[in-house]
Amino acid sequence: MLIKLLLLVAIAAVFVLGLRAPSGARHLALRRVTVVVAALVATLSVVFPDAWNAIAEFVGVGRGTDLLLYGLIVAFLLYMVTTYRRFRDMEQQITLLARRIAVDEAVPRPAVPPVPAEEDVTGDDQR
Amino acid sequence: MAHQALHDDTCVVVPLYNEATVVGDVVRDLRTSFPVVVAVDDGSTDGSAAVARAAGAVVVEHPINLGQGAALQTGIETALRLGAEYVVTFDSDGQHQRVDAEAMVARLRSGEADVVFGSRFLDARTRPGLVKRAVLRAAIVYSNATTGVHLTDTHNGLRALNRRAASTLRIRQNRMAHASEIIEQVGRARLRWVEHPVHILYTDYSRSKGQSVFNAVNILTEMIYR
Repeated sequence: MLIKLLLLVAIAAVFVLGLRAPSGARHLALRRVTVVVAALVATLSVVFPDAWNAIAEFVGVGRGTDLLLYGLIVAFLLYMVTTYRRFRDMEQQITLLARRIAVDEAVPRPAVPPVPAEEDVTGDDQR
Repeated sequence: MAHQALHDDTCVVVPLYNEATVVGDVVRDLRTSFPVVVAVDDGSTDGSAAVARAAGAVVVEHPINLGQGAALQTGIETALRLGAEYVVTFDSDGQHQRVDAEAMVARLRSGEADVVFGSRFLDARTRPGLVKRAVLRAAIVYSNATTGVHLTDTHNGLRALNRRAASTLRIRQNRMAHASEIIEQVGRARLRWVEHPVHILYTDYSRSKGQSVFNAVNILTEMIYR
């Protein structure tokens, strides 16, 4: 059945996506495109509710509702994995911040030698 | 020679989390050979930081609990900022021996290697329990397969690094997966390493805080989804 293949591929894709670091701009763009597409699909579903049944029949699922449920589960898995990744990244940033505070507090950096006062120099020139 | 007996160019890094009852003795004992001990307090709630400071350690305090891996990286960066030529990582619960650390630093001084890993399985002094032995064995097999560095003991907190090796480390695994991560980075940076037999003293105290099997699961997850 087509649906089995589709779902297995989707689950594998979610697992692999979790392994890869989300890279800045592309990741953000993908998220935004996904939101727009989801809104579009939702609108179409409201206007043409029977479309889901047709698609379900095509991929070999009993009802459109079941197909929606499967899709929701895959989407939730994807959400879980990407959220985990985002939390890990945030944790990393907090770690760097906390470390910087801790080390600076314990071993202050050697004071920066005072910059030769520029105002005096220009002052001299003006005189 | 005099300065070698007193390792004033060496910094011992002790990650510290709620070990107030034992860390004082650990730091005092270390300081008989190593004047500079950096205790990284990882947000302890039992006054460990004050105990370590009273014992003469340089205390670096994480404002929040971040995990042992994060504490190690903080300690190593502090040691480098203090100008240390050699860095030793040493557990705060009293299971490591100062004399082992001294012998490991001596091997670094001889120029034999950039990193000396402590191993409890090179001689018969250390006697872990059956479950602990099984978990450690599994960790060793996994680590050797994934890091490309073949050690006899992959989860030993006692290590000695020279300045060059210490500067290349970037521990990103905050919690327990840092042990494998350190090995992996040592392998990747093509640093010269050796193993040194060390004695791990399993006291009732350390046993009561021991690693559970759940930790193995957590470590595995952290290594896959990093």
